[in-house]
Amino acid sequence: MNDDTPRVLIVGAGPAGTRAAEALVAHGVAPIVVDEGARSGGQIYRRPPAGFTRPAAALYGFEARKAQAVHATLDGLRERIDYRPNTLIWNIEGGVAQALGPDGIERIRFDALILATGAMDRVIPFPGWTLPGVFTMGGSQVALKAQGCAIGDPVVFMGTGPLLYLVAYQYVHAGARVAAVLDTSHLSQAIPVFPGLLWGGRTFAKGLWYMTWLRAAGIPVRGGITPVAAEGQSALEAVRYRDRRGREHRIACTGLGIGYSVKSEVQLAELAGCEMAFDPLAQQWLPQADVDGRAIEGSVYLAGDGAGVAGADAAEVRGRLAALALLADKDIATDRASQARLRAKLRRIMRFRNALERALPVPFHLARTLPDETVICRCEAITAGDIREGRALAPAEMNRAKAFTRVGMGRCQGRVCGPAAAQILAAARGCAVEDVGRLRGQAPVKPLSIRAGAEAAVEDRSRAASI
Amino acid sequence: MSESRTDVVIVGGGLVGCAAALHLRSRGASVAVVEKNQLGAAASGVNFGGVRRNGRKLAELPIAARALAIWKRLPELVGSDCEYEITGNIKVARTDEHMDQIAAHAEAQAEYGVEVEMLGRNTLRDRYPWLGESALGAAYCATDGQANPRLVGPAFARAARAAGAMMVEHDGAQRVERDGSGFVVETESGRTLRGDTLINSSGAWGGRLAAQFGEPVEIWPMEPQMIVTEPAPYFMVPVLAVVGGDVYARQIPRGNVIFGGRSGTADLDVGFGKVHAEESLTTLARTIEIIPRIADLAVIRFWSGVEGCTEDHLPVLCPSRTTPGLVHAFGFSGHGFCLGPASGAVAAELALDGRSETPIEGFDIGRFDSP
Ligand SMILES: Cc1cc2nc3c(=O)[nH]c(=O)nc-3n(C[C@H](O)[C@H](O)[C@H](O)COP(=O)(O)OP(=O)(O)OC[C@H]3O[C@@H](n4cnc5c(N)ncnc54)[C@H](O)[C@@H]3O)c2cc1C
Ligand SMILES: Cc1cc2nc3c(=O)[nH]c(=O)nc-3n(C[C@H](O)[C@H](O)[C@H](O)COP(=O)(O)OP(=O)(O)OC[C@H]3O[C@@H](n4cnc5c(N)ncnc54)[C@H](O)[C@@H]3O)c2cc1C
Repeated sequence: MNDDTPRVLIVGAGPAGTRAAEALVAHGVAPIVVDEGARSGGQIYRRPPAGFTRPAAALYGFEARKAQAVHATLDGLRERIDYRPNTLIWNIEGGVAQALGPDGIERIRFDALILATGAMDRVIPFPGWTLPGVFTMGGSQVALKAQGCAIGDPVVFMGTGPLLYLVAYQYVHAGARVAAVLDTSHLSQAIPVFPGLLWGGRTFAKGLWYMTWLRAAGIPVRGGITPVAAEGQSALEAVRYRDRRGREHRIACTGLGIGYSVKSEVQLAELAGCEMAFDPLAQQWLPQADVDGRAIEGSVYLAGDGAGVAGADAAEVRGRLAALALLADKDIATDRASQARLRAKLRRIMRFRNALERALPVPFHLARTLPDETVICRCEAITAGDIREGRALAPAEMNRAKAFTRVGMGRCQGRVCGPAAAQILAAARGCAVEDVGRLRGQAPVKPLSIRAGAEAAVEDRSRAASI
Repeated sequence: MSESRTDVVIVGGGLVGCAAALHLRSRGASVAVVEKNQLGAAASGVNFGGVRRNGRKLAELPIAARALAIWKRLPELVGSDCEYEITGNIKVARTDEHMDQIAAHAEAQAEYGVEVEMLGRNTLRDRYPWLGESALGAAYCATDGQANPRLVGPAFARAARAAGAMMVEHDGAQRVERDGSGFVVETESGRTLRGDTLINSSGAWGGRLAAQFGEPVEIWPMEPQMIVTEPAPYFMVPVLAVVGGDVYARQIPRGNVIFGGRSGTADLDVGFGKVHAEESLTTLARTIEIIPRIADLAVIRFWSGVEGCTEDHLPVLCPSRTTPGLVHAFGFSGHGFCLGPASGAVAAELALDGRSETPIEGFDIGRFDSP
């Protein structure tokens, strides 16, 4: 590589990061690829720890071929890229990414950055959700994929989004007992957007297939439900919900997987200086970028679910597009025709995504009317009532609510509870969610070991401040 | 657009401005506060939270004593104790020379009624077994404490509003002038506020406003870098400070340890403090020498804020020299949270009476004039 080849850092080795790396290497640019995980693959194609022997077909179902292709791609690139697994990027500041890896803190200088940080579970709290035995949908899936175990016996899955049926299917398929699948959406909501859903072709068919398969396997599947509570003395014993007609039901279970699709992991993009804007469909503040993922020309590019959730196929396309945009901005010749094809493919997927999100709407409104005593921020044990009243000082926006009540002030820094807290605050103030703003992001994006930080300290940088 | 006329207009709704407003209302004066962002959310809302006299410059001790008396009355004044607790403060020395320094300062501050207990190495170790080897000795002040900065400014703001002060948020003062009948303040949204007197309590931006009235003061933005850990079992009751200023730490009963020590630079036009994580890594290294056990904890957030610092690290708190009716109260140089409630009261007295009983020699704006 000659000297003016840009130093590119890719954060995330899921489908988006993998395809971005592949496209860069194809153009003679060898990136640094960093991922917090021990093995590449990201969320959907998460690999079990080395030594596990479940076959790909059992782990990834329909997606086995795609999963294997993504894994093989990164494995094949390893000689040519600087791949650093088990490494968390905890801050980005002035052209340097601060990483915490197996050997402690490292500073990674870059000319350009591709953020392919993916998504995390979206949680809408409800009474009892903090009981042991209640997991997120992703957590349920990780238990199965990475540890080969189920979250309980029997298990109930509740929420909405494509993952609901997929994870339930994966559980049943793996031999776990699933007592019910409870969906807050109802198939009738899909009819108006049916044409859009058809754009998804195979994906949509798969969704219906999972649902039909579950029914055929005798698993009760209920649509249009409203969660009431998770119950139990010291651990989960049952879940209560209301059906479409308002009748209440109770199902005994020791494991409950809850999830309302996923939300983008945006903290690094915010720290990297991306402009943030409120997305009404996702009800989340997202980093802004053009169709190719160009957020800050020449320096910051976004790919995959981290820049708005669009799924794994889109992530592969967006990874390639981000790499091509970066290369073009660095005056490295790329193939315009393949870029156009990728854009067209992404447009098709997005049409389906938008229809899907309308067909399986996230019931954000459920958070707005939660009983006062429901815990919203589990790190700090802050309830819906605390947020509404701001502990006597009425907060006008999220950072104020945090300052007054401690909501979002714990280990997760609001990544889990922030969206629900914003809904509650907005409802209490009678304003739109975007009007209560968002929690300001700050390093570290995940808890950082003080010992590791201290070992990496560079002395005598500037003056001490005596206060 | 709306127009108002009050006895006093206050530019800057930090702790100092909000406390001044409450004090003015208690004296029966009408008052309006204009704040360009949120009330009590700048330096006053993000600071370390130390409320101490120990180790303070002597010139600040009289006003600090007055502040202490107000801190103790918070529930009655603003309806909440704002988590103010008298937990004590230990100022730790790591060298013999530093030990001599704090001993000498202990004698000097005793004349102002600040009692400290000098602790030798063994006593220190017995009382605070969590201190590291490098702690040689300390000055312990039992009357110092800490409070939750996120609550204090807003609580004063709320109490002032409840007492009838006009509190304007998200609307900065854009033009401030004096005409025949007093001061005219025009805001970003086009509001006009008139007042007989004007208090400049605009924090790090105070120098700019003073310059408009022909008395420029050099203000350096300072930006202490703060760190907070995940909660840990409660072990550290007093606030800890180290001679040299490169480590200060406190723990709240919830368990989080809050600490800091380094500073970066700030841009007054941007307004928010920007974190320089590298600076804070240095603080981590320095702090584990003093409190070794925190090495096992994780940091959950870094943050910072902007404060205005003067050349001699003392505030500007005085009547203007050029403009009758103008009062300055800014540039608290990194230690004005503790003084805030009293600084507001003094500013209010200067606005109404032209003088205050509290000694404020040393804070005059004229001290920076070149001879
Ligand atoms: C728990 C979970 C399970 C999912 N399961 C499915 C599924 O079964 N089917 C489906 O269609 N979709 C699923 N999704 C949606 C799925 O995330 C996407 O469709 C797809 O994985 C997006 O690919 P990506 O490359 O954008 O992100 P991801 O695959 O999420 O990859 C992002 C990678 O970035 C890494 N990363 C993030 N932040 C940092 C950082 N600060 N430092 C270092 N590394 C970092 C992560 O470790 C991760 O490996 C799931 C999502 C979640 C959250
Ligand atoms: C990180 C940090 C840690 C600290 N730790 C401590 C500590 O432990 N103990 C201690 O005693 N002190 C501490 N301090 C110092 C203390 O916070 C300040 O001295 C004190 O809060 C100053 O109060 P203030 O009202 O003057 O300033 P601020 O709270 O900054 O208020 C000034 C206000 O003026 C507003 N303003 C400015 N210009 C305009 C305009 N044109 N129109 C309208 N409004 C305007 C600003 O928006 C701001 O809200 C610390 C400071 C920082 C930043």
